[in-house]
Formats: sequence, C-alpha cells, structure tokens
Amino acid sequence: MKASAFAYARATDVVNALELLATHGDKAKLLSGGQSLMPAMNLRLISPELVVDISEIAELQGIAVDGRVLAVGALTRHVDLLRSPDIAAHAPLLAEAVAHVAHPAIRNRGTIGGSLAHADPAAELPACMLALNATIIVRGPGGERRIAARDFFTGIYGTALTPQELLVSVEVPLAPKNSAHFFREFARRHGDYAIVGLAAQATVEAGAFADLRLAFFAVGDRPVLAKAATMLVGVEVTPALLSKALTALGEELDPQDDQQASAAMRRHLAKALLARGVSALLDRTDLGLGVPG
Amino acid sequence: MTAEMQISLEVNGERVDAQVLPRLNLADFLREHLALTGTHVGCEHGVCGACTVRVNGEIVRSCLMLAVQTHGASIETIEGLSDSGEISDLQAAFRDRNALQCGFCTPGMLMTAQDLLKRCATPDREHIREYLSGNYCRCTGYQAIIDAVEMTARQRLAAKP
Repeated sequence: MKASAFAYARATDVVNALELLATHGDKAKLLSGGQSLMPAMNLRLISPELVVDISEIAELQGIAVDGRVLAVGALTRHVDLLRSPDIAAHAPLLAEAVAHVAHPAIRNRGTIGGSLAHADPAAELPACMLALNATIIVRGPGGERRIAARDFFTGIYGTALTPQELLVSVEVPLAPKNSAHFFREFARRHGDYAIVGLAAQATVEAGAFADLRLAFFAVGDRPVLAKAATMLVGVEVTPALLSKALTALGEELDPQDDQQASAAMRRHLAKALLARGVSALLDRTDLGLGVPG
Repeated sequence: MTAEMQISLEVNGERVDAQVLPRLNLADFLREHLALTGTHVGCEHGVCGACTVRVNGEIVRSCLMLAVQTHGASIETIEGLSDSGEISDLQAAFRDRNALQCGFCTPGMLMTAQDLLKRCATPDREHIREYLSGNYCRCTGYQAIIDAVEMTARQRLAAKP
C-alpha cells in the first residue's frame, strides 16, 4: 500500500522542529530514518497530517566521549553504531546488539533515536538502554528533560515522550574495567524481530558478579530489567543458585502469546538465555548447560 | 503544504529535476516518473528487499524513503550498475548458477550482493546468507544465489594482481 497524503516540512534545527511540533501536536510525526514510520504509513496504520523531517539536523548527529559517558546523538544510524570505534571501546554491548537489528539496507537509514521513540517491545536497542543504565535526553517547549531508560518505556510503542517533545540524544555510562556483556536473541530469520532476547551488562570481580543487569525483550509490553539478577550478585553462582534464579525469572516474566510463540515457550527461551548469559559472563562452562522445562 | 515540491538529484549519473508530492516514495518515483522499472516494488514496508537501491553510495529500501528526501542526493539503481558494467561478472554468475527463476527479487539481490562484495572480498557462505537475509526470494531456495555470490567473490579475488 501507499501512504496517504500528508504535508512535509524539513526542520532546519531542533528549535524549528519543536516549533512545528508545538503548532501541530499529535497531528505531526517526526521522520528520522523512517524505517519504522514509513512502513506504518505505507500500511496506513498511521496517517499524520504533517511529517516533520528531522533527518538533516546536524546538532542531533554524532557520537562523543564526554567525561564518563558516551553521548550518542538521536540521528546516529545503526550502521554508525556498528562502525564506531568509541562504541566498540566503551559500549561493546551496543555494537554487538546492532548487528541483530534488521538488515544492512535498513541499518543504513534507521536511527537510535527513532528506534527508542518507536519503542517496539521486541526491539534490541531499548533493551540495551536498560542494560546499560542509559539516560535519554529529550527537549520540548519546557526545556530539556533527562529520563532514566527504566522510566522511558511505558508500554507497546509507548514512551515518556509527549507529542511536543523530541528525543535529542542518549548518554551511556562508559563500560568500566572488569565489565562483561552478553547479547543473544532467538529469531526466525537473522534480522527479524526477536521471539525472545537478552541484553546483559555485568561487572565481574574475582569470579562473581559485582553488578548484573539483565534486560529481556519481546517478553512483555516493554523491555524488562529482570529482578532475578539480584540473586546472583555478590555471591558464588552455583548450579543450585542459578536454578533458583531461573525459577524466579519464570515467575517474574509475564510474556504474551502470539503467532510466533506461546507464553510458555517464551518463558522457557528466556530461562535458556539467562543460563547461557550467566555462563558466558562468568566464563563458566559448568553453568548454562540445561534448563529444566 | 501537501502541494508538489521541487527536487533536484542525480540518478545514475544524470541530473534530474522533478515536481513530486510528499507522499511519493523513492521506489515509485524511480519507476513511474523516470521509467526505471528495474527497481521492483514488493511488500512496500521494508521486508522483501526487492526495491533496494543505492543512495549516496549506500544501499537502502527505496519504499521506505520519500522522494522529497532525495533532494541533493545521488541515486544508483540496478539500471546504473548494469549499464556501467560494475556487476557484469555477478550477473553472469547469477545466470551460470541458476540463481534466478522469475527474476523479481534479482535486482535487489544484485544490489545487496554487490554491496557485500565491495565491503568484504572473502565472505564465507554464512556471511553471504546473513547479508542477504533481508532479501526475499520465493523461487530459488537461496542456495543457488549464495553459490553465485561466492563464485563471484572467488573470481574477483583470483583476478586481482
């Protein structure tokens, strides 16, 4: 199908984009990479009256190390994340995850800001933001707001953004020494949305977790930071303890049934990812071998 | 503001000036305004890869880009790659290995495969499969396509002095 008719405005800078949003509110849609918005428009799932093209705004571009954080502009494309030495050095989880986002032709256009603002519960980057404890920075008529990733995602395609606000950048704390990461997803085809996925970031000291953040995606209406992770921090992880954590994870998650997988299958796959993740992060082959049904 | 807008761009090395509606996507612009029908329109929501073209040297889905966004850009379509001879060996390999049947997916496959071969001279089959994962073929079962890309990679490597 083809998109229905709309007016088009190319925003010259953030102030200009915010003026257009203030005037048109929820009748307007921001276009960055277009890799989620354009399919939705072509399928007539949404029909905005005005498309505000922000894709050329220079101040929303670029990746920079700024003190103890990586500042990533909203218009940073997936391919830029893949190729960036700063991302590889300071947020390797993100580099690994992005390789699973769609396909090369889509990664050449899709942006991090677009993916986060779209907030598909099966998408990789929102989960990474949770695992990395990132801060999402938005600008609106009232100025700038800094929102913790865990407070940003509010439901299926739902975020803390108001229709008058624009996501301008994200700040990711630099990965400390002794940090380890793990990313894995189950999908029907490489590049498809995940059936279940896990983005994990950990600090490992003397063979134990000093910190562990497990962000599961495609297991609910938004990415989920698993509480079961706390059971594994500051203690020696034995197979028995891991087993308890798997049970806790199964009780904590409330995944949906759909044409891709049943809730029970998603729960099982999430447990498998937890076991594999812990095994990989601690470099312990005795863990993560089997998941009881 | 839903009126037509003026765009100027380069398509396969030629300057193009046109008036387009904002809702017109790049694939339809190429096909209907410029009669470059080698760019195929399949799913129209970014899944099938049949509409893959190059914008400023990088492959994109032309169904997911507006024509008005290409103002000032350089576009290359399958006609451009074919006429310049850039992919003549890849095209020959597709013929030799029966890597096309109905041909609908072939322009997108060629665009994507050439993009891979430009970036990586020695892709293994798994890498080729992964790179082409965003391009659907409903005839060949993919093995022959991967054969053709692998064969072209080997030939190009052997031809290097």
